[in-house]
Amino acid sequence: MSPAEATVRLGRDPAWARLLIVSAMLAVGGCSTAPVVVEGEEPETPVFSSERLIKPDVEQFGDMSDPLEAFNKTMYRFNYRVDKYVLLPLVIGYYKVTPAFFRAGIHNFFTNFRNITVFFNSVLQFSGRKSYQTAGRFAVNSTIGLAGLFDPATPMGIPQHNEDFGQTLGRWGVGPGPYLVLPLLGPSNIRDGVGLGVDWYVNTWAREALLDPNEWWKRAWMLLYVIDTRAHVQFLYFGTGSPFEYRLVRQLYTTKRQLDIEK
Amino acid sequence: MFRWFQALTLVTAGLVSAAAAAYDYPFDDPFVATVVGTPVEYRAELDVKVPLKRRSMKVFPGRKTPELFFYDDKFRYSYALQKGPAPLVFIIAGTGGSHDGRGVKWLGQAFYQAGFSYVGLSSPTYSNFIVSASQSGVPGHAFEDAEDLYRVMEHIRDKLGKRIQVTDYFLTGYSLGAFNTAFVARLDDQRHSFDFKRALMINPPMRLYSSISLLDRMLENIPGGEDNFGQFYQSLVDAFAKVYTRSDSLQFNEDFLYQAYEVFKPTRELLAALIGTSFRMSAANMAFTSDVMTDFGYIKPANVLLRKNTDLTQYNQVAMRLGFTDYFHAYFYPYFHTSDPKLSRGELIEEMSLRTIEDYLRSATKIYVIHNEDDLILEPGEIDFFPEVFGDRATIYPNGGHLGNMEQRDVVAHMIEVFRQ
Repeated sequence: MSPAEATVRLGRDPAWARLLIVSAMLAVGGCSTAPVVVEGEEPETPVFSSERLIKPDVEQFGDMSDPLEAFNKTMYRFNYRVDKYVLLPLVIGYYKVTPAFFRAGIHNFFTNFRNITVFFNSVLQFSGRKSYQTAGRFAVNSTIGLAGLFDPATPMGIPQHNEDFGQTLGRWGVGPGPYLVLPLLGPSNIRDGVGLGVDWYVNTWAREALLDPNEWWKRAWMLLYVIDTRAHVQFLYFGTGSPFEYRLVRQLYTTKRQLDIEK
Repeated sequence: MFRWFQALTLVTAGLVSAAAAAYDYPFDDPFVATVVGTPVEYRAELDVKVPLKRRSMKVFPGRKTPELFFYDDKFRYSYALQKGPAPLVFIIAGTGGSHDGRGVKWLGQAFYQAGFSYVGLSSPTYSNFIVSASQSGVPGHAFEDAEDLYRVMEHIRDKLGKRIQVTDYFLTGYSLGAFNTAFVARLDDQRHSFDFKRALMINPPMRLYSSISLLDRMLENIPGGEDNFGQFYQSLVDAFAKVYTRSDSLQFNEDFLYQAYEVFKPTRELLAALIGTSFRMSAANMAFTSDVMTDFGYIKPANVLLRKNTDLTQYNQVAMRLGFTDYFHAYFYPYFHTSDPKLSRGELIEEMSLRTIEDYLRSATKIYVIHNEDDLILEPGEIDFFPEVFGDRATIYPNGGHLGNMEQRDVVAHMIEVFRQ
């Protein structure tokens, strides 16, 4: 089985998903987040301890409640491996076998198709400007852009918005809930995880309704969607060079989502 | 009157260009230059596609990597090779910098476009380097870092092996990587593995202790001091949100920093705090990683083992409160003092300086340096060391701060010229 087929299966086979969840839970069960004292009873005092340096009542960068930390860290490592051994090799292979105009077309196509959910979310956020601009983009690119393969809307000056259901919930006043690292999809939180599910559902529904693709098309769609999405995310697990990367990413993700919602 | 003025400007321009041929860089404030860098219209045009490869290798086959750092078991590096015989340049990143970070990639692209192959190396202060390629696990020692770098360079050369024909070897680095460059070049003159044709130092520190003291002090510009870093971050996010959420004009693209600068017009204090914060993160990453490798007990209790899922909150907070000078006094010096009890603090400080190898640098005609008159990592007067020791081999630009002009087109042209002569 080639890695490409493996990804397709991974998306379709519920047994796979069950195995994933079970193994994740097993992994979490064996790991606590407390440090281990290897010699003696108590930890020795380091040259600089937090008792010595940190004022207890001052807000610290990167602090937030993280009840799912053990699960999240396990999932973070799982994603690192999937990324390294499956997704990135797929992306590299994709760049080897396809010409640039093809990749650009695919990316334009998915960006354009996503505007269906962007539109739906703009409406739910009561944003007239975003709704009509997104509808405009979709109309232009789906017609003179040949079903979205080209992007004439950008040179026409119609901006691309990025609204998802997580942001819509945020607009409605729903808090983020605990930080959550999703399998394959990466940093998120409970609210945004639900949002992803809703957007996915709407997107799939729209695809069936508009294009009614056969099984073969659905597989190709899925595979290209995964590769194109990964190719356009500039992030590498354990790539920041910081031993505190988990906390750093958690903080930056949370800040970024806060800004996305306000925008 | 006007003619006279024109003549005067021409003459002045002529004088300046004698110092550094054709150079046009917009920021006279070194803090602005350091943060904002080079706006697109002043940048060198690099449009070549670089066939960049990322690879990793085990440097010490027997070494057991701590569980917490499982992802850094292998040393990571990158390279891009020309087709057919070509010169190859090794590029060493600055403090806390990675082999595929913006600095190395920029220089790599510039040299690749000029017909060179290149190998990108992380700084010996970068976590992955400390864990996988540092003999002692304690970075920042001029001579030991050079040994570590030399070892990985030889390994990489062997790995690339027969796949490439290298006509000549070159060496460069920026910031701390430029400092490393000098010591690696010296080592090579003893061992002759590469016989570098030329080496180029880009904005090196002169004396490490001066530079780290200056950088540590920049955090004094955080309102209310370091204790308030959390609040400071939140206030930056809030200020940014106000602008970002109200317009579509601020785009996250290659010119983002310049746009942000134009919109916010930040104060000098804020810029200094940002520079200080960026270096502080490097210091925190380096110190904690090193401490875990040696079990010295600097931040992490010596008798504590950190598992993959261990919560690092308290170590993160402490590490962010400690500067390079803390690292030097409470960790680096005690560590080297143990193996050499006669070594004094002052001696170690003076040893970590280009002055230590001044005689070598005077005589090594292959080593060139570029620097800026207003670089923030130099104490007043330290810039004079370079023209004095390197003579014609030093090019000093009037402005640019710390590396702010590294992407400026005349600077890039000059770098390539140095290696082409």
